Amino acid sequence: MIPASFEYLRPGSLNEAIAMLSEHGDEAKILSGGQSLIPMMKFRLSRPACLIDINRIPNLDYIKEEDGYLKIGGLTRETALEHSDLIRSRFPILHDTSFVIADVQVRNLATVGGNLAHGDPANDHPATMLALDAEIVATGPQGERIIPIKDFFVAIFTTALRPEEILTEIRIPMNGSRRGGAYLKVERKVGDYATAGVAVQVTLNDRGDVQRAGIGLTNVGPTPIKATGAEGALAGKQLTDEGIAEAARRASEEAQPSSDLRGPAEYKTALVQELTRRALYRAWERAKK
Amino acid sequence: MPSTRRVSIQINGEKISAEVEPRLLLVHFIRETAGLTGTHIGCDTSSCGACTVLLDGRPVKSCTLFAVQADGGEISTVEGLNRNGQMHPIQEGFHLEHGLQCGFCTPGMMMSARALLERNPHPDEQEIRWAIAGNLCRCTGYQNIIKAIQYASKKMAEGVSA
Repeated sequence: MIPASFEYLRPGSLNEAIAMLSEHGDEAKILSGGQSLIPMMKFRLSRPACLIDINRIPNLDYIKEEDGYLKIGGLTRETALEHSDLIRSRFPILHDTSFVIADVQVRNLATVGGNLAHGDPANDHPATMLALDAEIVATGPQGERIIPIKDFFVAIFTTALRPEEILTEIRIPMNGSRRGGAYLKVERKVGDYATAGVAVQVTLNDRGDVQRAGIGLTNVGPTPIKATGAEGALAGKQLTDEGIAEAARRASEEAQPSSDLRGPAEYKTALVQELTRRALYRAWERAKK
Repeated sequence: MPSTRRVSIQINGEKISAEVEPRLLLVHFIRETAGLTGTHIGCDTSSCGACTVLLDGRPVKSCTLFAVQADGGEISTVEGLNRNGQMHPIQEGFHLEHGLQCGFCTPGMMMSARALLERNPHPDEQEIRWAIAGNLCRCTGYQNIIKAIQYASKKMAEGVSA
């Protein structure tokens, strides 16, 4: 399958890329890993007149701790998260997530920024970033602005990014020492989109109470879902079997799945409940370490 | 009509330059421009892995990458595996352990195996299975592919110590 013709631009700097975006507007698409965009172009579901290939822009590919945040450059490949010691030791939830995205070949090209900016509710990082209360750094002609992740996913395939903005960084707050998280996904086979997925991140205070709980849901609604009701059920309390069961039940009520090839809505609702339960236990275990 | 662009890609050590349309996929550049038809087109939708090649040492699906993106890069394909007419241990493994039947997935499978063994010379079975999760085989049931990669791992280790 051959995509429609397009003009190919290869900026060498972020400023140049933003200038190109401002000039071409809606006609242009950013080419990052291309692992969602290129298949869509081959199916002619997307026919951008112009592709702006940001892959040669320096300093957009990094994972670092700075100013109380874990900062991930927009162009960071999934493979980099998978092999990062910092991620494995401090944010196992991100390792869980990258590891179940597509397959090795796709992860070698696919980027974390692209996974979010695509706005696909079936993608895996959105739920994880919702659980982590991440911030998105969007860079445009006026400079940078910060978008809280809860405001980022506007509608299916639609994010709060403006046409002339590029997602340049993801910031994850690192407050609290007793943190733990997990991402669990049920897929029909390796590499598939989630039938359902649940991301959980908990922070415990000195007494072992839940200081904050973040829960995100994958592919059970038109946008990635932040299960605020389930989060609220946990906050300020000790984690108990009953509390976990209650949060899992609430999360399943917050899911809005539709029946499709991957299963009936009832099944997906039940999956959310069970995955939330299991993810909470795993997150708890990791937070206690 | 969008303009063409000159790209230059090293394939198995040989530099291939051509004037291409930006929409030309890397797999077509490899098969048609460079004339190396060992790299196969299977599903054409980034699912099957038959088109797997190494780009700067890492396996990628060449049906889901434009040739212009690989400009200046180094590609390894199945044709680059043998050394002076001698089969690479991975090829030998697939041969001796019956790691193929129809052979369509084999070039991609072997490139994923090569990337794995370069990064992790002694993978366990689980690691092998994860490494080839992006390569589909409809014939073998994978068992003999695992054995072929285990053979190659052992053979390559012997080669190093010898």
